[in-house]
Amino acid sequence: MSKRPDGRYVDEAPFDPQASIQQLERADLDAPNWVLVWRKFRTHKLGLISGIFLLLCYVMLPFAGFIAPYGPNDRNGEHLYAPPQSVNWFHEGEFIGPYVYPIVAEADLETFQWKFAPDTDDPRPIRFFCEGSEYKLAGLIRSDTHLFCAPEGATLFLWGSDRLGRDVFSRILYGAQLSLTVGLIGISVSFFLGILFGSIAGYFGGRIDWVINRVIEILRSLPELPLWLALSAAVPSNWSPVAVFFIISIILGILDWPGLARSVRAKFLSLREEEYVRAAEMMGASSGRVIRKHLLPNFMSHLIASASLSIPAMILGETALSFLGLGLRAPAVSWGVMLNDAQNLASIEIYPWTAIPMLPIIVIVLAFNFLGDGLRDSLDPYQQ
Amino acid sequence: MSALLSVRDLSIGFGSGPSVVRDVSFDVEPGQTLALVGESGSGKTISCRAALRILPRTAQIRSGTITLNDSHGAADLMKLSERQMRSIRGNRVSMIFQEPMRSLSPLHKIGNQVSEVLWLHRGASDSEARKEVLTQFERVGFPDPARAYDSYPFELSGGMRQRAMIAMAMVAKPELLIADEPTTALDVTTQAQVLGLIKELQRETGMALILVTHDLGVVANMAEHVVVMHKGRVMEAGPAALILNEPAHPYTQQLFDAAPEIPDQDSVGIPMPDEDLILQMTDVSKTYTMRSSKGWKAEKLIHACRGVDMKLARGKTLAIVGESGSGKTTAARIALGAELPDPGGKVLFRTTKDSEPITVHHMTRAERTAFQRKAQMVFQDPYSSLSPRMRIQDAMTEPLEIHRLGNVSEQRDKAAEMLQRVGLNEDMLKRYPHAFSGGQRQRLSIARAMMLDPALIVCDEPTSALDVSVQEQILTLLENLQDSLNLSYLFISHDLAVVARIADEVAVMRRGLVVEQAPPETLFYNPRHPYTKALIAAQPEPDINRPIDLKLVALGAGSPDSWDDAFRFSDSVIPSLVELEPGHKVRCHV
Repeated sequence: MSKRPDGRYVDEAPFDPQASIQQLERADLDAPNWVLVWRKFRTHKLGLISGIFLLLCYVMLPFAGFIAPYGPNDRNGEHLYAPPQSVNWFHEGEFIGPYVYPIVAEADLETFQWKFAPDTDDPRPIRFFCEGSEYKLAGLIRSDTHLFCAPEGATLFLWGSDRLGRDVFSRILYGAQLSLTVGLIGISVSFFLGILFGSIAGYFGGRIDWVINRVIEILRSLPELPLWLALSAAVPSNWSPVAVFFIISIILGILDWPGLARSVRAKFLSLREEEYVRAAEMMGASSGRVIRKHLLPNFMSHLIASASLSIPAMILGETALSFLGLGLRAPAVSWGVMLNDAQNLASIEIYPWTAIPMLPIIVIVLAFNFLGDGLRDSLDPYQQ
Repeated sequence: MSALLSVRDLSIGFGSGPSVVRDVSFDVEPGQTLALVGESGSGKTISCRAALRILPRTAQIRSGTITLNDSHGAADLMKLSERQMRSIRGNRVSMIFQEPMRSLSPLHKIGNQVSEVLWLHRGASDSEARKEVLTQFERVGFPDPARAYDSYPFELSGGMRQRAMIAMAMVAKPELLIADEPTTALDVTTQAQVLGLIKELQRETGMALILVTHDLGVVANMAEHVVVMHKGRVMEAGPAALILNEPAHPYTQQLFDAAPEIPDQDSVGIPMPDEDLILQMTDVSKTYTMRSSKGWKAEKLIHACRGVDMKLARGKTLAIVGESGSGKTTAARIALGAELPDPGGKVLFRTTKDSEPITVHHMTRAERTAFQRKAQMVFQDPYSSLSPRMRIQDAMTEPLEIHRLGNVSEQRDKAAEMLQRVGLNEDMLKRYPHAFSGGQRQRLSIARAMMLDPALIVCDEPTSALDVSVQEQILTLLENLQDSLNLSYLFISHDLAVVARIADEVAVMRRGLVVEQAPPETLFYNPRHPYTKALIAAQPEPDINRPIDLKLVALGAGSPDSWDDAFRFSDSVIPSLVELEPGHKVRCHV
């Protein structure tokens, strides 16, 4: 503090009036955009955990057959509607590793139901890296080694078995293969259409914009569920499950693009006013170049965020269709097909485990939502 | 006498980063004006927002005390509860914000928004509040207070909105008003009037004022005390007369040297030469049709610019000056061929002295490509003129790629050469634009415009988003480039003082019409049009002995039908441009 005699204060720290113009002002921001987004996303814990979880889920898909103890359509005629079995570690105070008690079905002659009683005297350890039913690893490599299987002469229904005695746990793993990818295929279709029409409408404006907007409005005004029903009812019933699956995901994509096209168009309209776009136009860049080099890269991140928010809608759509019996059909396995078994209240009341496929749906949809939120929050890395 | 507001050793930081404001202390005496001067990022806004505790969420006050000592007694603003703070905000201390467009709610009537202050702090009834607000409106200069009370913000101009903000801030009769760049978003004539209004109100009510500004000219007109801030620290503080007359700190000195000034002239200038014209605009008009709000009425015609005649000689600078909406940008866009003039208008561009002119108003594809190589543009906002996804190198070489000039390594060398020309470093090529400051980005966009070796560069307010010291550097850079490369500039600006130093001829525009056109020396020596006179008078000068002449401003800044008979124009009767002396044209009835 230096007060001068004339009553003013002057700072005495050295000052360089010619501070170099070659110095970076924000050295902390000196990185490509995706690095900045990642730095910000890392601090969004919920989104990060969801992202890792989803990544694990998708990595698991090709190996579903290896993890599942049974094949998707292995029937166990003696254990229809068997309840979930617990895996124990200690038998009468003695550690013997993971084991299950074999269950025996008995007919209850009062209620005319099968009763399953565990035989608690006979612990049977679970086998690991054992041989079981044959499956294809990633759909290519034939194998029959499983991570774990039922002990000799016993069953291993972690989440119970269904109407035909099939293992619910294994079927959920197999079902994930279809249920999780239907969203990806659907979103690619919707992405392609949405970006195409949205960017045409946003960039060229005028009459084309008008027409595309009206088409979007008409598509959005159609009631969604009946339309799905109508379109999927039109799929020939003699097609293979895989063909039906593709058609279903394409249908979902076709009905989803208008929403995306709208946000693309809105983003285009605002980005077009940015001076770097006007600068490129003044340099003589063609429309295609402006869209490719300037507009798309700058809102791709927004698109990815909005896509991750609309994948859950696709997954739910597939589930709803299959639940109603109009989407995938047996022998294909998806979560919706499995829930088809849990359609009436009576069966849920008596066999609550048949509704377990709801859990992965809820978890996956939430995870996608958290991930999308996290991405959206971190897209503007310049904010403090 | 104890100070009304006293800030001691204030430090503020964001998150875990270093403090952005360090050890700032200042006092505001009752009834006096303190100016906080500094460039963007100097921490001046944050410091005074801290006084009202309206900081962004992530900011924390790390140390220091702020004491308010008014007629209600002393209060430590750091320690009060949120509830007690609310009774101070708007009541004992109020604030005016920078953006008049954004600081009023668009869904509420102006009157109700202002009355809310009274409802909250005085518990006034509707009719009492209305009466008081109407008196206040009259005092801040609304011609029809009752109508203003019932209008929505979008019905008012920027200057009127800022008056409404002032009314809102003043209606509870605070003892301290904090004005955060109250005039930065306004045109220079409106700025002069708003500053005059604040000063007058201050004289009437005896309140104290903290004026946050980056403009030393405003300081000279308003303040008794000055605090100069730089990078979060106080550089110099003391009485205005002392600091403005003999700045002691090199930073203050630097601000002074950079402040644009309208020079005193004692003779007329040399008119723009007639031979070797690079750009020639003849009778250029642009009319937009706007659909009327009522379906049955005829479409409305909007004359963005009318009958513009301009010529620009090679190696010279032609400046167009005017407020927002005066048509200057439209004229520039027509000159660049981005917009077509109304039929009859002609724009001719000559690449070299003897070449066939390109008719910019009617180009074939090949002509357009050739034209784009020779005419480039520098934009206003350095933050949006570079794509955040492209490395500097990609942004710089893009023009060459588009016109398929040279191979990759030649393009890179050219980009490096241009960076050095604008004073930047070659290794910046690999970086991304967000790491750079506003001034550096503006240099980058100038460098990009130079990549095609153009002959003409249109500068659309290239310095209005920059700090004064940076503005000075950019203008120097533009001058140097012009000297070494014989460039021609079409320079758009709202600021006569900026144009004063760079232009060879100035056209002053108002409502789509050129009202006066002359070399700058002539214009400042012998301004004839009342609007030009108002513009010159309204320019705040960093000289405490030359206050703004509000009478002269009021005479010319009003609508064209309030001008003297000789200059008056309406939609139907427009006087023509008359050449009063060689190279000096004025729109008047002779």
